[in-house]
Amino acid sequence: MISLCGDINNHKGVITRKTNLDDVVCGTTTLKRGFAHMLKNGVVMDVTSVEQAHIAEDAGAVAVMVLDKLPSDVRKVGGVARTASIKIISDIMNTVTIPVMAKCRIGHVYEAHVLEKTNVDMIDESEVLTPADETHHIWKWNFTAPFVNGCRSLAEALRRIEEGASMIRTKGEPGTGNVVEAVRHINKVNYELAMLKSIINSGNEHILINLARDFQVSYNVLEKTAQLGRLPVVNFAAGGISTPADAAYLMSLGCDGIFVGSGIFKSSDAKERAYATVLATTFWNNFDKVQEAQNLIDEKESMLGLDTKELELQMQKRGSN
Amino acid sequence: MNYFNVGVLSIQGDIAENVSAVQKSIKKLNYRGIVNEINNDKHISKLDGLIIPGGESTTIAKLSMIDKLLKKLQNKINDGMPIFGICAGLILLSKYINDKKIGPTNQLHMDLLDIEVERNYFGRQKDSFESYIEILLPKMIKTKGIFIRSPRIKKVGNGVQILSKLNNNIIAVRQNNILATSFHPELTHDTILYEYFISMIQQHHDQTH
Repeated sequence: MISLCGDINNHKGVITRKTNLDDVVCGTTTLKRGFAHMLKNGVVMDVTSVEQAHIAEDAGAVAVMVLDKLPSDVRKVGGVARTASIKIISDIMNTVTIPVMAKCRIGHVYEAHVLEKTNVDMIDESEVLTPADETHHIWKWNFTAPFVNGCRSLAEALRRIEEGASMIRTKGEPGTGNVVEAVRHINKVNYELAMLKSIINSGNEHILINLARDFQVSYNVLEKTAQLGRLPVVNFAAGGISTPADAAYLMSLGCDGIFVGSGIFKSSDAKERAYATVLATTFWNNFDKVQEAQNLIDEKESMLGLDTKELELQMQKRGSN
Repeated sequence: MNYFNVGVLSIQGDIAENVSAVQKSIKKLNYRGIVNEINNDKHISKLDGLIIPGGESTTIAKLSMIDKLLKKLQNKINDGMPIFGICAGLILLSKYINDKKIGPTNQLHMDLLDIEVERNYFGRQKDSFESYIEILLPKMIKTKGIFIRSPRIKKVGNGVQILSKLNNNIIAVRQNNILATSFHPELTHDTILYEYFISMIQQHHDQTH
């Protein structure tokens, strides 16, 4: 069983095909959220080419995320970052057997439609790309393909879920090789969940209405989340993870899995690091295994990394409304 | 049998959902038993049954090779321990694996279930679907099938019983102590498949004790 908290009945993304036997239904909330559940305890790797996608698959990644440029290059090059070339996405879809995801700009409904038509398995409405709409996120209930969205707090996560996100990732600060923001964001989500639990356990449910107003989410979604005691969808960590120990650390904070962006393919030992990150994520609860994983990489090959306090561009602040 | 120990292979995938489905079934049947997450070889000898959950078959296989976990499970299954493979678990158990688009894959597998499986047969995520299905357990039962990037079973060997088909595609089989489905019973309310699996465990237990 998975939570269907926040589900809207008969949204446009649901497609029913009549057959002479029973109806076949696509795009339901169970199917979209269920897809994310199959990724749990795994690593999704950012890739920009077929070659990188192969390295990711061979290393044991549960999916690849196709971008035009890795987040650290987006940071360096500047300009407008958009969705990747359809040709590269299709080429990757034709060569790996694992799921293929791609990013679209926040609010860019048509980039999302293009990706859905391309048949990607999941769409990431991502702050790594330049936002297209600063007021609205995509109304994701209109799509048959599932979406993943970033968050820095429980409130942000629940707002995205109300818009139809089937999976959440804490944002971190992409392209920095610095895990501090990813840790901050999962800690904040956990803190707010603990608060929510204590409110519901105290029996003073009426306090929740004030919190719902604060959070800018519906009472219903907040109450159901409080009863669950966790996010109603799968939650991965993202943004700045660059070593196996980083990945294991975030798993220990309660994340369901890991997105690695620049961390792998901006290092000089991508192949070893990709496998080591998967190993540390799977066996995060076993220090021997994490040590073994960390020993597969060389710190001298890690990406240099950035102090997040000195950044000109804070991607995490995009699309927080 | 008064007490049994069910394991869920806990490498990758929807482990917690399977753990809670087994717990729910044990409670419903009024049995006594525990469910353990298995990601090393320490507790294998004590297991009465194992579930391989849904997830990415390439990832689960690769990470299960560590410490020869897969090999040890293989021996245990050959000795008769009941096993239930779901989606990725079905792929892992089977003898012959093809990908619909890529063709034969050289992924690691357990080579136990005499079937040819076609990965991603029903298409990509957008084509993932729900449908009511009928399954022989051993009566014909109607239940909801959740198919997420699911494989189909293209061919079965002599010792394999077909439990369910959808539009002529085989979606559930049993070969002695091996039960496998290409859909995800753990994502629905209905615990009928878990109850059936527990009855397999009970029969095996009664035969060996």
